[in-house]
Amino acid sequence: MTLPRHAWRGGVRVPRHKNLSNTEPSRAPPLPARLIYPLRSHIGTAARPVVGPGDRVLKGQCLAEPDSYVSQALHAATSGTVRDILDYPVAPGDVMTASIVIEVDGEDRGIDPWPSLPADADGDAIQRRLTEAGVIGMGGAGFPSHVKVREGLTRTVRTLIINGVECEPYITCDDRLMREHAAEIVAGARWLKRAVNAGECFIAVEEDMPEALAALQAHPAEGVTIGTVPAIYPAGGEKQLIKLLTGREVPSKGLPIQAGVLMHNVATARAVYAAVVEGRPLTSRYVTVTGGMTRPGNWRALIGTPVSHLLQEGGWRGGDQRVIMGGPMMGMALCSLEVPVTKVTNCLLVQEAAPAFLAAMPCIRCGECLRVCPVQLNARALYEYSKAGDLDAAQDLNLFDCIECGACAYVCPSHIPLVGYFRAAKAAIAAAERRQRAAAENRGRYERHQRRQAADQAGSATASPLPAAAGEDREALRAEIAAAVERVRARRAASEPPDGERGGPA
Amino acid sequence: MTTVSSGASSPHLHQATSVALVMRRVLVALVPTLIAMFYCYGPGALMQWLWAILVAHAVEALMLRWRGLPLQPHLSDGSAAVTATLFALAMPPWAPWWLTVLGLVFALALVKHAYGGLGHNLFNPAMGGYVFLLLCFPVAMKAWAPIDAGHAAPGWIESLVRLAGGASSMADGYSGATVLEYTRTQLRAMKMLSEITAQPVYGMLGDRNAQWVNVAALLGGLWLLWTGVIRWQIPVAALAALFLTAAAFHLADGDRYASPLLHLFSGATMPGAFFIATDPITAPGTPRGRLVFGAAVGLLIYLIRTFGNYPDGVAFAVLIMNGAAPLIERHTQPRILGAPA
Repeated sequence: MTLPRHAWRGGVRVPRHKNLSNTEPSRAPPLPARLIYPLRSHIGTAARPVVGPGDRVLKGQCLAEPDSYVSQALHAATSGTVRDILDYPVAPGDVMTASIVIEVDGEDRGIDPWPSLPADADGDAIQRRLTEAGVIGMGGAGFPSHVKVREGLTRTVRTLIINGVECEPYITCDDRLMREHAAEIVAGARWLKRAVNAGECFIAVEEDMPEALAALQAHPAEGVTIGTVPAIYPAGGEKQLIKLLTGREVPSKGLPIQAGVLMHNVATARAVYAAVVEGRPLTSRYVTVTGGMTRPGNWRALIGTPVSHLLQEGGWRGGDQRVIMGGPMMGMALCSLEVPVTKVTNCLLVQEAAPAFLAAMPCIRCGECLRVCPVQLNARALYEYSKAGDLDAAQDLNLFDCIECGACAYVCPSHIPLVGYFRAAKAAIAAAERRQRAAAENRGRYERHQRRQAADQAGSATASPLPAAAGEDREALRAEIAAAVERVRARRAASEPPDGERGGPA
Repeated sequence: MTTVSSGASSPHLHQATSVALVMRRVLVALVPTLIAMFYCYGPGALMQWLWAILVAHAVEALMLRWRGLPLQPHLSDGSAAVTATLFALAMPPWAPWWLTVLGLVFALALVKHAYGGLGHNLFNPAMGGYVFLLLCFPVAMKAWAPIDAGHAAPGWIESLVRLAGGASSMADGYSGATVLEYTRTQLRAMKMLSEITAQPVYGMLGDRNAQWVNVAALLGGLWLLWTGVIRWQIPVAALAALFLTAAAFHLADGDRYASPLLHLFSGATMPGAFFIATDPITAPGTPRGRLVFGAAVGLLIYLIRTFGNYPDGVAFAVLIMNGAAPLIERHTQPRILGAPA
């Protein structure tokens, strides 16, 4: 049975460079000297540490618990001693983030796995287990999987999609994972499907991944359709894949669930299996280490491994090449090689050629950016507005629907760093909105202050800060306080850059 | 083929393309047209082109210096060469040197750089310069091929003398007419098409000379489509609109309205559809916008040719629609993925 195909517009063929790293089986690197666990390396709020400096920890032991609904648990990937909890550079952007640093003892002693969930475990039990095991989306966004499952419990999921469409050049970690652990992926998909009571389940890989396809198809499961999608970048994009497989579109600024879809990466599906059946938390993942090195390939890396450790194992001798975390289309150039592998790190790419200086020329308005945009944004106009600082016009042209896939900049004959302009414009708009919110809060505070003063001057007998005379006023004030608390909660849960929020030693 | 880009922002890969490559491809696609010009009009066409290239680069360099921009990479981006080539193709092969200078100064200094240079001009520079000359020097701009087939095109020496501005006495011998102009004057003299199409100015497809230039431009244009330098919407819409309009009129009255084939292969139809209307800077960038733009260009070409005061309408049609391009683009934004239906 093949997968449905509803074409989406745009996309571009990019060179693959996949067989550089996908021909050899995955390898396990030697244990690194230390592991680093940033408390905040994902969407949502920082995790709360449950260990302190000097504590001995075992493999699989919980290091930090989720601090809120949108947060994740962290677990030690091997045994050792907690050296410290301190600010450590973390990708993207090498932002200093509070992290648990573990000195590895080399003994690799672990705790006993949790018991497997019974075959008839319900969605709530599965959701709890995923929270406990710290399973988050391993495809890149790092959205906690238990939150997605919760979405699926409260709303109708028509289609569950397991995404094995690894469309970025060079990256082959999902490819290798599917070849080596197909049975667990299919089983994980069935658990997810049952958890959210999905109507149908698709496992999709790209057309030029015949080995992965064959491996998956060797484990047919009822209600799970395995098939291929065209190898055109970015076929693995969430909204693109949903359109292709279901014909439905995720509304602008909306979530997949609004199109009746839940999507999980294949690596996440395997982590779900490990958590639910094997009773193991998420402590390792496949990482492609490729590009200009002697032994490119895939590593079963412990979460927290410093990037430099994997690069050395891959035979990179160092040099002035750029090291990219992620793929060449959407990845981030690293400044520090001490940043750790996190649950969303899929690839470390050492660019084979030294960067060539391509001076940006004026836009000749060729429209190729618009042609390849998988969202059909008018990238050329967005660029002009972003550059001119006309942020309202940019928003009118749906700036925030840009998924930053880089297809536009890839084809631009003028070598304009379009994605850079769009990111800057988005950041400027977000900053302006923060300022506006702060101003509104200050105004509210000032008005309340005025009211209190007026009440004081009127010689009110009560010392209460709430004007006792007017019951309605009091109600309104309570509502306002509740709204403010909600706002703070929402802000903390949102994926804003860390702004001074630091988890200290517990 | 890809190159590694230097920016710190993703993507870190880049398709091996550049403005200079795009312009070079356009120039390569224009080679067959240049050869056809040489074949039909003799060495004068080549000399006119060489002179235009020289003048255009001098003007471009001067303007870049004036605006304080480095000559590298701007002078070698190929845009001046493309403008010069399109301009030279539109010029009569025996125009004097100063006419070309005037036209190119207007095209590059006023139409292009005064609006902000490459990428910012509202109007196509080559057509702007050409129309400027057409309006100011109508007689000199009529020096096309002799209508008499027995009359050989001027040779190297003669062409050079004429380019140098001498030998004005020969003007009569060569101030011939294109098929479009001939047809128009004859029709206005109340003759019928069936009476005049036997004249040697008519070729197999269209103009005896210009038909080969049009065939060559069609070939070059198809190559541009194949390489992806231009997209199909503008040429297809322009040619379809011209063909359909001409066919409708021709079917209604075959004695007064020339055949659609004549329109497709005469004047500057093919160069206009593939090389001038497709100038991305002055055309809409949205697919639907390009269809609207192309169709309007095709329709205007026919209307100007048939009912206007000029024998050919390509330059005017393109310039008029250039002015409307930003508006067209604004109203033809594609529907984004996930937009409310």
